[in-house]
Amino acid sequence: MKTYGGKVLFLDRSDINTDEIIPAKYLTEISKEALKPHILEDFKFEGFNPQDSSVSEAKVIVTRSNFGCGSSREHAPWVFEVNNIHVVIASSFARIFRQNMFNCGMLAIELSENAIDQLFTHRGAESLISIDFDNDKLTITSAKDTKTFEYQIAEFDKALVKAGGWVELADSKY
Amino acid sequence: MAHLKDEPFPGTKVLNIDAVLCHEITTPVAINDLVARGKDRVFDPEKIKVVIDHVSPAKDTKTAIQGKIMRDWAHRHNIRDFFDIGRNGVCHAIFPEKGYIRPGYTVIMGDSHTCTHGAFGAFAAGVGTTDLEVGILKGVCSFRAPETIRVNINGKLPDGVYAKDIILKVIKTLTVKGATDCVIEFRGDVVKGMSMESRMTLCNMAIEAGGTSGICMPDEITVGYLWPFISSDYKDTSAALADFKKWWSDEGCKYVKVLDINVSAMQPQVTYGYKPDEVKDISEMEGTPVDQIYIGSCTNGRIEDLRVAAAYLKGRQISPLVRGVVSPATPRIFKQADEEGLIKIFMDSGFCVTNPTCGACLGMSNGVLAPGEVCASTTNRNFTGRMGKGGMVHLLSPAVAAVTAIEGKIADPRKFKKETI
Repeated sequence: MKTYGGKVLFLDRSDINTDEIIPAKYLTEISKEALKPHILEDFKFEGFNPQDSSVSEAKVIVTRSNFGCGSSREHAPWVFEVNNIHVVIASSFARIFRQNMFNCGMLAIELSENAIDQLFTHRGAESLISIDFDNDKLTITSAKDTKTFEYQIAEFDKALVKAGGWVELADSKY
Repeated sequence: MAHLKDEPFPGTKVLNIDAVLCHEITTPVAINDLVARGKDRVFDPEKIKVVIDHVSPAKDTKTAIQGKIMRDWAHRHNIRDFFDIGRNGVCHAIFPEKGYIRPGYTVIMGDSHTCTHGAFGAFAAGVGTTDLEVGILKGVCSFRAPETIRVNINGKLPDGVYAKDIILKVIKTLTVKGATDCVIEFRGDVVKGMSMESRMTLCNMAIEAGGTSGICMPDEITVGYLWPFISSDYKDTSAALADFKKWWSDEGCKYVKVLDINVSAMQPQVTYGYKPDEVKDISEMEGTPVDQIYIGSCTNGRIEDLRVAAAYLKGRQISPLVRGVVSPATPRIFKQADEEGLIKIFMDSGFCVTNPTCGACLGMSNGVLAPGEVCASTTNRNFTGRMGKGGMVHLLSPAVAAVTAIEGKIADPRKFKKETI
């Protein structure tokens, strides 16, 4: 299994699409590693700079609703993966992006909008999130305080993460 | 159900897939990964359909390599339904045209607009590269069982208003996340009267509301479209129709939401922002300046789209303030447009006619915008940077695109005379 948790990048907008996460012009790359410098290159948000250390140091993304909408490109989870971001926490995900995350052995965790609001109150360079995968809990630690949230992910998606992704699981089972 | 392979956990269904569709953007990584894992196999070469469409012909070494990976792979696995440059077209236009999509089929592709094929009464879903890879290897795909939203479309479609306007209105109503984990079922008299091309336009944009698939009930029109491919399977068209009806939704089935849309007073619809649910009536958008007009794509690059645009363009010139690009979606559509005189109309009006390709729609080739430029486009996404970094896109119908080209700013087709073509 991959490692999950660490410094948090807060993206305070809903409906962030996969064109914003990784623009189509980079889809001609056939290695995941080549995507690395282009993470969130077209993310439309006042004051956001994809070159900022908050992006390069992040291990977890916390965001709003319908994250990863649009194109089916798995390059979106891959650009996170090669930047060591293996967890995205949102109030909802677009279906294909969500499945792509689990298919790659990464976590797409849904929390209520209220819980996401609470996570955002911890926004700051020093915020850390740790994941207790076996007990379906995550904990945020910041200058403000420490708070733990329970989450649910589908049994199938959990099995994908444990297996390290869908290809090996499917090939052994079907 | 014959399609259900497994239900590993409650709510997760692993389905047998009837058609695994592949293009050169999302498939090469899957192929390379299969090779690296020592699993360079395909579950059934007859059920895998392959096209090079996104950047065609190749624009540089990287896209040439993507094409080569597809070509070598198709050849070594004897995948006969492979459409290389010269015979290729936009995936969601060429695969239906070849008769590969049938009612009741399960279809996946590493492309979000795979929902298009629901127009045939198929369950057709876009997936990522890993799901595609498993589809290629094992012929299965996992799904979280979707719910269904029913959209009843009734009334009389006014002149100048088309399937594209209806689907933009539906997305505006549902929002970009309103159909997540749902199939959108299009019903009503307007859908019954629609051609397969228009139904594909409707289903194509189901994903823009988050939908897993769009779907239409397969009927006489579906049978008519597919008849050249199925005539040896049925004694007559009535027998085919009777068989297709088994794929209709059950009477009294449960819908998570029902939307009723009356089109009789509908205006042409145009997006104004950077999300496909940011839609306004044309009366609020008229006069908006643009730099480029693009007619094409899996949404609106089919023959009836070209006919509509040409009917407005015949005998007219596009404004010197703008440039126009039209990309017929498949070679067959291109040839048909040529035979019908449409290509001449486009060229005489000042449009650039390109070979079939997805290129401009996602800013990869053949019509990329400069920063600050605006495109009036018949495509399906207006995301920031979609057609080129710093560019902006207004989504609209081929009719609006054509008259916008003439005026050099967004215009209302209802104010223009359509010529006979």
